[in-house]
Amino acid sequence: MNSPAPSSPVLSLVGISKRFGPVVANEDVSISLAKGEVLALLGENGAGKTTLMNILFGHYMPDSGSVTVKDTCLTMGRPRDAINAGVGMVHQHFTLAPNLTVLENIMTGTEPLFALRARTGAARAKLATLCKRFGLAANPDARVSDLSVGEQQRVEILKALYNDAEILILDEPTAVLTRPEAEKLFQVLRTMAAQGLSIIFISHKLNEVMESADRVVVLRGGRVTAERATSATDKDELAALMVGRRVERPKRGDALRGPTVVEARGVDVTVKSIKVLQDIDFSLHRGEVLGIIGVSGNGQTVLAHLLSGLAHPGAGTLTVLGAPLGRATPSHLIAKGIGRIPEDRNTEGAVGDFTLWQNAVLERLGDSRFSRWGFVRSRPARAFCDKIIARFDVRGGTPDTATRNLSGGNMQKLIFGRNLLDGPAILIAAQPTRGLDEGAIAAVHSEILAARSKGCAVLLISEDLDETLALADRIQAIVKGRLSPPVASTGLDARRLGLMMAGEWDGLHAV
Amino acid sequence: MRFERRATRPPLLTIGAPILALLFALIVAGGLIALSGAPVFEAYRRIFIGAFGSQLAITETLTRATPLILTGLAAAVAFRAKVWNIGAEGQFYLGALAVAAFGSVVPGVIAIPALMIVGALAGVILLVIPVLLRLRFGVDEVVTTLLLNFIVVLFVSLAIEGFLRDPLAFGWPQSIPVPPEARLDKLVAKSRLHTGLIVAVVVAVLVWAIHRFTVFGLQSAAAGANPKAAEFAGVPITKTLFKVACLSGGLAGLAGAIEVMGVKGHVSTALSPGFGYTGIVVAMLANLSALGVIFAALFVAAMFVGADGMSRALDVPSFIADVTTSLALLAMLVALFFTQYRIAR
Repeated sequence: MNSPAPSSPVLSLVGISKRFGPVVANEDVSISLAKGEVLALLGENGAGKTTLMNILFGHYMPDSGSVTVKDTCLTMGRPRDAINAGVGMVHQHFTLAPNLTVLENIMTGTEPLFALRARTGAARAKLATLCKRFGLAANPDARVSDLSVGEQQRVEILKALYNDAEILILDEPTAVLTRPEAEKLFQVLRTMAAQGLSIIFISHKLNEVMESADRVVVLRGGRVTAERATSATDKDELAALMVGRRVERPKRGDALRGPTVVEARGVDVTVKSIKVLQDIDFSLHRGEVLGIIGVSGNGQTVLAHLLSGLAHPGAGTLTVLGAPLGRATPSHLIAKGIGRIPEDRNTEGAVGDFTLWQNAVLERLGDSRFSRWGFVRSRPARAFCDKIIARFDVRGGTPDTATRNLSGGNMQKLIFGRNLLDGPAILIAAQPTRGLDEGAIAAVHSEILAARSKGCAVLLISEDLDETLALADRIQAIVKGRLSPPVASTGLDARRLGLMMAGEWDGLHAV
Repeated sequence: MRFERRATRPPLLTIGAPILALLFALIVAGGLIALSGAPVFEAYRRIFIGAFGSQLAITETLTRATPLILTGLAAAVAFRAKVWNIGAEGQFYLGALAVAAFGSVVPGVIAIPALMIVGALAGVILLVIPVLLRLRFGVDEVVTTLLLNFIVVLFVSLAIEGFLRDPLAFGWPQSIPVPPEARLDKLVAKSRLHTGLIVAVVVAVLVWAIHRFTVFGLQSAAAGANPKAAEFAGVPITKTLFKVACLSGGLAGLAGAIEVMGVKGHVSTALSPGFGYTGIVVAMLANLSALGVIFAALFVAAMFVGADGMSRALDVPSFIADVTTSLALLAMLVALFFTQYRIAR
């Protein structure tokens, strides 16, 4: 070990390797972090980023390698050691107790349980100091269940800081945040770094890495493939390093706009006596992609459910393929030729314990191809699944594999496959690339555009500006359950779109 | 110690797990037998002889297994769809009582099939009510089905001391008997074993085929494994769970009907030594597989019948059967866990 020099890193990981059975999660990974630095750990899903951070934090035991914090070697597999050494971790899925207040959450696990009440005063003061120092606003007496996701994340960060963390690790911190929330978060992280804290954040989003990190370490297949100062690289290079090849997102060709297939005029939807959608107007044509953009929680989930048969229109008229929708069930809509990509593929898209073929035909059990006299015809069903696997490049399983074993991208390809193989008239795609990596995003985008060029009418519901601009012919913003007038996407930029998402609809040229 | 989810279930382990679980239970129970001062191997020999050692022993074991197969199926069918039917005991008794009540009403020629249907329907009605309450109002069916058991058993007491009381029973609280033409034939002369066993095995194969090959089987499994995905995919959840309730309740009711028509001939509060509850154990031991239920029911029945014999010979309390089946169940649950997870270093 070198003697501590002014430039010595506050944290170094040396030669970390970890296997899960036959899967290599990390191989000989070495990373160092300087004081006051913001380091991005960039990689696709499954590149080993989260495993590496879990090893650093003591959740996993590495097969080999060591972690050194400020010249002290940490005992592997002990989170308490990592915390005492000043490492704080903010997980992707929060670890807060929703029924406790902010202050109580921060104190539990930190303060001795018996002295909890006695120390409240001191803790409150310490929390206030921390909030002030880093510009983090938090009401210590608010119940965590009443906080927004962004606020909950702030509590997680405060909890780490309360433990006197000097090194903060954030696992995909923006995955659950809206864009303004994400910008605010990175502002806070910069403030912390300026005050001498060191930060590692995990991400697969190139924009935020370029904007907010000093340095970036790229992981691919469990190995470090590159290390760059963000000032000395660009998005294209990072994308190539991350994926291992140049990934081109497909370009949209000219639209061949056909007749109207969905027409909504003044539609209201009420869920549990709350009006979630109000006075919605839109029309969807064959051969076009209509993008609905909005920060999540503005009613787009219900809009997707409305056209998936899980929510029903109240007032107004909603015509689908020439007939009023009424209280259609999912099976009616599927039979009519409406493909549906659910917002959350794990909870709505597939039954994890079922095999691929069972999930492939679950939507179409009423179809005479796959059932006769109440019996499942498993041979045609397996053949259908085989076709999906071949045509949509689903990797990691045969028709008899449990669907749970597929990666997110491959599961999404399976879901796309079961909807697109029969060439639907309409495709409702809700957040189709959420949580996917670059390669899978490109695959999903080309499927959507291929469906469009075959004359399918696509309703794309997304919160990703770039995705919507790239795929949609016309765009409507959804804000608090209302839809803006549609605008042509050509000539629209992200800034204008951002304003639309914020509800500034004056002067839009409806098309 | 940490656990990691296995990518696939190793087939050898899936078959071996229940066997290992049974061995484990027998070894631990052996320790308890030793503690009570009896020779362990002799005790197990006695249990084996008591369960399989003679024609009479075998017929007794099979007689005991018959209702357990059906209540085990009732639990397996429901649990696959995550309908927590804890009320098989009540459905069993109501099915039995319905047979006693309608026994003299139905004409003799079709008496047996008609009474089986009547018994099954009684079970259906008793389970459909709590399941509809859950689907409509979100009432927890664990609580309602469990509590209905006590209500039904008290209702049986009321019936057999009142409107269904057998006037010729010398004051014993038991129901009017089932007419002779509605009694099930004996499979083996001079034994209690009756044709109900065949019905139970055939029904188990049918339930297996329903799970394996039908749309309803796939849809009920989907509704159990991931109700949100099932609903999104257009599985009619309410309808499917209603059907599951009908099947499960019907099986438990049928168990009661067959027990009355095959063994006792009348209903008393001693008709079931907890067949409904033991059915849950049987279903869990079988890992909710319909064919597995047959073997699990045989094991449980053999333990109970064999332990009686051992108890008479060696003066070890026959509670050892309860302990062994409970241990087997616990070991089975642990073994099943390890078919899905492995220990990670």
